[in-house]
Amino acid sequence: MKYIKQIYLAIIFLFLYAPIGVLIAQSFNASRYRGHWTGVTLDWYVKLFNDTRLADALSNTLSIGLLSAGIATILGLITCVAMKELSRKWRATFMSVTNIPILNADIVTGISLMLLFMGMGLKLGYVSILLAHIVFNVPYVILCIMPQLMALDKSFYEAALDLGASPFKAFTSVVLPELRPSIFAGFLLAFTMSADDFIITHFTKGAGVDTLTTAIYAQLKIGVHPEMYALSTLVFFFVLIFVLLFAINRRKLKKYEEVLT
Amino acid sequence: MFKRGVRNILLTPFLIWAGLFIFIPLIFIVWYGITDEAGNFSLLNMGLIFEHGFWDALKLSVVLALISTVVCLLLAYPLCLILTERERDNTTIISLLFILPLWMNSLLSTMAWQTILEGNGIINQLMRLMSLPDLQLINTPGAIVLGMVYNFLPYMVLPLFISLSKIDRSVLEAAQDLGANAWQTFVRVILPLTIPGAVSGITMVFIPALTTFVISALLGGGKLLLIGNIIEQEFTFQYDWHVGCALSVILMIFIVLNMLLTTAFDPLKEEEDAA
Repeated sequence: MKYIKQIYLAIIFLFLYAPIGVLIAQSFNASRYRGHWTGVTLDWYVKLFNDTRLADALSNTLSIGLLSAGIATILGLITCVAMKELSRKWRATFMSVTNIPILNADIVTGISLMLLFMGMGLKLGYVSILLAHIVFNVPYVILCIMPQLMALDKSFYEAALDLGASPFKAFTSVVLPELRPSIFAGFLLAFTMSADDFIITHFTKGAGVDTLTTAIYAQLKIGVHPEMYALSTLVFFFVLIFVLLFAINRRKLKKYEEVLT
Repeated sequence: MFKRGVRNILLTPFLIWAGLFIFIPLIFIVWYGITDEAGNFSLLNMGLIFEHGFWDALKLSVVLALISTVVCLLLAYPLCLILTERERDNTTIISLLFILPLWMNSLLSTMAWQTILEGNGIINQLMRLMSLPDLQLINTPGAIVLGMVYNFLPYMVLPLFISLSKIDRSVLEAAQDLGANAWQTFVRVILPLTIPGAVSGITMVFIPALTTFVISALLGGGKLLLIGNIIEQEFTFQYDWHVGCALSVILMIFIVLNMLLTTAFDPLKEEEDAA
């Protein structure tokens, strides 16, 4: 039985990582056509750093990701704090409203926002993409923060008030530190969603402005530039190292805790 | 925690936001969907769904989305069971390894499946090495299902994993003490306790699978059209927004049904009721 479980895990891993392996291999492939292996090269990594259009798309992706995640985190946090004070029925109603952009299909959200922006006379471009990303990021932030806020013990906050703190001071010095992990998780999830979104960006972007995903989509028909594989490989390993460091850190922390207790 | 007035002030930004960026856009879609180019009320565009090409695309989308959802469910249950019964320490690393592929751009990894599946692709080259006949893999409904499962499996695994890890070990031990075998424990204890997680997984997989146009464009070779492809074409090639919106309204019917399903099994609500 143990072997069956390990084989099952191995098969799922193979399924998840097979295309990633292919992409990494392609980033070192001398031929610019996928599926034709003509030898190993590092050319694409060199060219990556001279590609200004790719640099533009990358900086758009990063700045839209950080800005939209940041604004969504602030809006989501304020809304969560207010929703905690609502009656159960109203809170449920609010939660289903906040969930609409997640449950709705991306294509419907994208089209509806495009119609709104054009109706408002807003030129489709950087700002329209940013607004659209905030729209679908807010619910992810709320989903991360709300459970932790609901589980939070009110008495610490009330104790701070009794000790003479103003409500704002009590909130920032008692509630906010408790929420830090979920705020961070919400921000990170929002950034990831923003960076990986294609469909909503596809409908709300204007000509001339591209994020990485729309740049890739535009290249799909004529053949993706291998610089793109190189970039994704770098991003993948960057995240991999980050994740491994995080995991190792956690283990070490746990060991210290065990020694101490 | 604080006065009602403060609460209402804190709620205001979101209310304005939701009105402007959630409700008004949806009204726009419905408005375009039920009017013609002259701006008169007309259900002709909505009726187009019963036309040959559109109806076939909708049918194919529903069937493929259903198959992908079932496959994701069948893959995710054993996976999550294996992951939750492991030691805590290992679980973090293994679950991180499952989340890691999400950071690879999904357009690129779907395209990598093209390289694996196509006529001269990796699988067929392996088949030739073993002197077996070539397989027609790409541009089939099966390839689209594979792409959907690849892209949306994490959305099934995460909620299932969370609801499975919440189950108290002692409940499972109690079932065993009372003489239930592994299968009975699964069917009568684990399955009922994880239904909220499974339902949220099902909706999180079904809707994106039903409405995708990227996966079908990449792995269906432009011949297998899903309803998403048709809507996308109405906006980018045909420029007939009224038809595109009318078809989107039909998709919204599926989405609303899905939302009703999730609210019926809302995990958050149950927790509060229990508290």
